[in-house]
Amino acid sequence: MLGKTAGALFWMARYLERSENNARLIDAGFRIALTRSSTAAAEWKSVLVTAGVNQAFKSAHGDYSSARVIDFLLRDPANPSSILSVIRQARDNARTARTALTRETWEAVNTSWMTLVALLKRQVREDDLPDVLTTIRQQSAQVRGALNGTMLRNDGYHFALLGTYLERADNTARILDVKYYLLLPSVAHIGTSIDNVQWETILRSVSAHRAYRWLYGAEISALKIAEFLILYRQMPRSLTFCSERMENHLNELQRHYGEETDARRMAHALVHDKLNAPIQSIFDGGLHQYVTGFLRDTANLARQVERDYRFVE
Amino acid sequence: MTSQEGATRSPYRDYCGWFEAEDVARIQHKAVQAEALFRTTGITFNVYGAVDGDERLIPFDVVPRIISASEWRRLSRGIEQRVRALNAFLYDIYHRQEILRAGRVPVELIAGNEAFLPMMMGLDPPGGIYTHISGTDIVRTGADEFYVLEDNARTPSGVSYMLENRETMLQMFPELFAKVPVREVSDYPINLLKSLAACAPPACGGTPTVAVLTPGIHNSAYYEHSFLADHMGAELVEGHDLRVVDGRVAMRTTQGYKAIDVIYRRVDDDFLDPLNFRTDSMLGVPGIWDVYRAGGITIANAPGTGIADDKALYSYMPDIIEFYTGEKALLPNVPTWRCSDPEHLREVLDRLPELVVKEVHGSGGYGMLVGPAASKKELATFRAKLEANPGNYIAQPTLSLSTVPIFTKKGLAPRHVDLRPFVLMSPQGITITPGGLTRVAMTRGSLVVNSSQGGGTKDTWVLED
Repeated sequence: MLGKTAGALFWMARYLERSENNARLIDAGFRIALTRSSTAAAEWKSVLVTAGVNQAFKSAHGDYSSARVIDFLLRDPANPSSILSVIRQARDNARTARTALTRETWEAVNTSWMTLVALLKRQVREDDLPDVLTTIRQQSAQVRGALNGTMLRNDGYHFALLGTYLERADNTARILDVKYYLLLPSVAHIGTSIDNVQWETILRSVSAHRAYRWLYGAEISALKIAEFLILYRQMPRSLTFCSERMENHLNELQRHYGEETDARRMAHALVHDKLNAPIQSIFDGGLHQYVTGFLRDTANLARQVERDYRFVE
Repeated sequence: MTSQEGATRSPYRDYCGWFEAEDVARIQHKAVQAEALFRTTGITFNVYGAVDGDERLIPFDVVPRIISASEWRRLSRGIEQRVRALNAFLYDIYHRQEILRAGRVPVELIAGNEAFLPMMMGLDPPGGIYTHISGTDIVRTGADEFYVLEDNARTPSGVSYMLENRETMLQMFPELFAKVPVREVSDYPINLLKSLAACAPPACGGTPTVAVLTPGIHNSAYYEHSFLADHMGAELVEGHDLRVVDGRVAMRTTQGYKAIDVIYRRVDDDFLDPLNFRTDSMLGVPGIWDVYRAGGITIANAPGTGIADDKALYSYMPDIIEFYTGEKALLPNVPTWRCSDPEHLREVLDRLPELVVKEVHGSGGYGMLVGPAASKKELATFRAKLEANPGNYIAQPTLSLSTVPIFTKKGLAPRHVDLRPFVLMSPQGITITPGGLTRVAMTRGSLVVNSSQGGGTKDTWVLED
């Protein structure tokens, strides 16, 4: 497979995942803004920080009004992480990698792009927002379905899935990084429950508030939430789940090509060194330091994958 | 579909029987569905400089254009003769130039031609093939009259439309194919692969690796490039994926550089090699020319082939065919006045309002004058252009083209069409896919079928015997 094609598959999947993650973030922010207008601005700011676009937003707009933030995140062409920008990049990458995609997968990506371009042609009214966000998630699920249902399990498939899990791990880590101050104080007073609404936004932004309840019932603690998002291996957006998948896809690529890579060694180390400690020891070492380290590791891993498989010259 | 006496022409008989029993509203609905299908598949063409999401669809007409088995036999014999002659001509022009020595084609036509590539002189392309892929544009003027409008040997495009149009018809009207025996076109990509592989260069050891070279996703024909690569199972490469490694052109794979044997390039000669051609080009591969000369790679179509597309040369095609095959041309040319000739020019200027005038190097329906449709002012402007640079133009009579029906809101209506069959050539022979791309002038009375000018397409059916 061409290095460029591998790279395009990897980035196509990353952008698709990013679009979905951003939809979840907007949903969480919107929920807070609706229910508590007093903390709306702070909540929107944290959404923008998580998405990594707070600086860009601040230099273009003055205040954090819901309408402005939502429009910026959904459709501003000046925001390279807006859902519209991201889906266009996903589609451009899919076109570049067209020969490595099944017709169904390509058509799902193309249809997603057409649907979102039409949906986001005009500013979205707040009462339409839930529907729009649902559509964005559904489009994403359709691409995933086509990919899973029709793609040969060859190198291309593994590059795409590697991109998906890398992006997802990165996103969960960013949420933790932005919210760690909410989780931290409670460590000092073990057993203190944190603000109901706050913990819900954390879980909602990874679409896991119900799953958390199934597992932990009514017990809401910082430690449990952190454990759930970092170490819980059955939770599809946890750092452990995503990292194990990354390692798995890199193993498959190694088997496919019969060549040892540094990227695989790095993924292996990530899973076995970084995600193999009890949550208490992670807290003891500092949650923020831990998450920062994880983000650095995944960024390095992404760069190593690019080198190992010659995405670019 | 009907003859001048109003009777249904025989190839259309089965189709008409079906059409008359159909509900017009249902066909209308299918036409809308077809458009959605084209969008989903992404069969769009980019318009340079257009804003995001403004990719355009070429209008698709749901009524097939039908050609009988015997008509097709005649056409394909004529096309095959023509392509053989063109290939022989190209070989001669880049070797002994006997046709020039014999005075059958004027030297100036070659010497002063931008598409002539002196670097190709004396060079033997692998298998002796220049025109691996070509398309011949044909029009019909009467029951038994076909004319060749032009030859496309540089990089004829549109084959993906031929294939997708058929795919769409099969999805829309599957029952129709049970009623009418239509010949398959879907093996084109596999024939293309075989044909290209048969032209592997001397340096190739084992099964040839074939790749399609595209300028990239912003090119208007990108869909076609990816379609062909996909259906051949070949890699779709851009210049920056390639470099010369150990005397071979190689592509950067996830496992390092891997040599390519045959490259189906969809970029023009000028952009092939910044070391040997245009230095500002980012589309090509530095050094590919030297590898080509040394027999390390096959380039399809061969560099310098574009000279065969020249519209001034076109007028010599009957002589060219006779010179190399010893036979009369089976498919006639449209009579052509060469404005470089003072006598011809005088006649053209006299009869301007009734003629079609084209630029010698023009394509896509740009820079032409359709006399009967032109205003006084347009005629005057064109007259001035002709007088200033007569060598740049040729003129042809407006033929009384036959029409085929298209589906409109008010039912079937006649429109002008042309036909571009696609021809593959290798040392093993010539393959012409039964069918081709039928382009339609969607506006009533119009003769212009180019997609860049609002023309549409329809499926082309060649019937079984």
